[in-house]
Amino acid sequence: MNDLWNQIELVSEWLSASAQWHGDDGIPHRLLQHLHYSGLSLLFAALIGLAFGLLVGHTGRGGFLVASLANIARAVPTIGLILLVVTVAGLGVTPVLVALTALAIPPILVNTFEGIRGVDADAKDAAQGMGMTGWGVLWRVEAPMALPLILLGLRTAAIQIVATATIAAYPGLGGLGRYIVDGLARNDYELVIGGTVVVVVLAVVVQLVFALLRRLVVSRGLLGSSRPS
Amino acid sequence: MEIDWGWIGEHVPDLTDRGVIHLRLSLLPVVFGLVISLPLGVLCRRFGWLYPPTLTIANVLYAIPSLALYMVFIQYTGVNASTVMIPLTLYSLSVLVPNVVDGLGSVPDPVRQAATAMGFGTLRRLVQVELPIAVPVVIAGVRVASVSSISLVSVGQLIGQGGLGYDIIRGFQLDFPTQILAGSLLIIVLALVVDAILVLVQRLLTPWARARGRTA
Repeated sequence: MNDLWNQIELVSEWLSASAQWHGDDGIPHRLLQHLHYSGLSLLFAALIGLAFGLLVGHTGRGGFLVASLANIARAVPTIGLILLVVTVAGLGVTPVLVALTALAIPPILVNTFEGIRGVDADAKDAAQGMGMTGWGVLWRVEAPMALPLILLGLRTAAIQIVATATIAAYPGLGGLGRYIVDGLARNDYELVIGGTVVVVVLAVVVQLVFALLRRLVVSRGLLGSSRPS
Repeated sequence: MEIDWGWIGEHVPDLTDRGVIHLRLSLLPVVFGLVISLPLGVLCRRFGWLYPPTLTIANVLYAIPSLALYMVFIQYTGVNASTVMIPLTLYSLSVLVPNVVDGLGSVPDPVRQAATAMGFGTLRRLVQVELPIAVPVVIAGVRVASVSSISLVSVGQLIGQGGLGYDIIRGFQLDFPTQILAGSLLIIVLALVVDAILVLVQRLLTPWARARGRTA
C-alpha cells in the first residue's frame, strides 16, 4: 500500500509542476496532438466502417466477407504498420493515421453490420408496408434501431485509438505517448506514470462522452427495453 | 520498397523460433483470462449487481496503453515474460467476461427449467447444460481476445519481450523494411491460423449445431 501512496504522490507532483502546463512539451500541447491523431483516425474509420456496415447489413450480402476482413484487420500489429510506413515513406502523421484507422475499422464495421442485421424483420416489413423505400427503411428504421450497437462500436474504436495513439511517439511523433516513450528511454518512472494517468483520464472521458451521446441520440423507445451495455 | 527475399530465406529458423515464443506470450494470457472469466462470469450472472462494476474495471484496464502497463509491471516483476503476459491477461478480461455473461444469458429458460426438472443440481446444470450452450458466444470472445493478443504482443518488444515484435523493432532500427514486413505478416498469419483452429474447436464442441444444420 505504501508503494501505491508513493506513486500517487509522484504523479500529483508531476501533474502540478508548472512545466507540465506550458510549451511544446506541456500537457495541453501533447493532448492537442493526441486528439488530432485520434480524432482524424476515428473520423476516417467511422466513414469507412459505417458505410460498409450499413450497406452490408441492409443488403444482407457479404456478411462473411465483412467478418473475415475485420478479423484480418484486427490481426494487423499496429506498431508494425506504423513503423513499416515510416521506414518506407518517412516520418509524418500519415503512417499514424493509416495504422490507427485500420485498427478502428473492425469494431465499427462489425457492430454496425450486426446492429442492422439484428433489426426485427417485422419492423422492416411494417416500414415497407407503410410505403417506405429501401433508403427510407435504412435511414428511418434500421439505422435508429441499430444505433445502440453502432455507438458501442464507435466507443470501442475510440478507446482503442486513444490508448494506441501513444505508439506514435516511438518513431518520433508527438502526442501523449511522448511522456511514456521518453520516460522509458530515460528510465524516468514518474514521467511514464504521469503520461499514463493522462491517457487513462482521456479514455474515461471518451467513455463518458459516449454514455452521454447514447442518452441524447438513441430513441427512448429503445433505451427502455434494451439492456444497458 | 524492395523485399530482400534472401534475408527471409536465411532467417527461417530464427523467425520460427520467435513465432513460437510469440504464440506462447500471446496465447497463455488468453488461457489465464478464460480461467479467470469463467468463474467471474458465473458470479456476475448469479449476483447481477456485480456485473456493472466488474465491466467498468475491465474497460478502464483496457484503456491503459499496453506500453504503460508493461512499465508499471516492470516495477514488480522485473523484465521477463510475465511483465507482458499479466497485462495481456488483464486486457483479455474486457472481451471474455462480457462474452461469458452473455453466453450464459443465451441459455433459454425452458432448457434451464428442464434440467432442473430432471434433477440436475446447480453445479451439474452449469457444467453439463449451461456452459455447453454458452460455448459459441464464449468462443467468439476467445477468438477476438486471441487475435488481439497476438497482434498486441509486438509492443512488448519495446521492453525486450515481443516475440516477432523483435523483427518489427529491429527492422525499424536498421531501416530495413523487409524485416518489419516479415515480422508483421507472420503475426497476421499466426493470428488467422489460431482463429481458424478456434472455429474448428467450436464445431467439435457443439456437434448439435451441425446436426441441426443438416436436418433443417
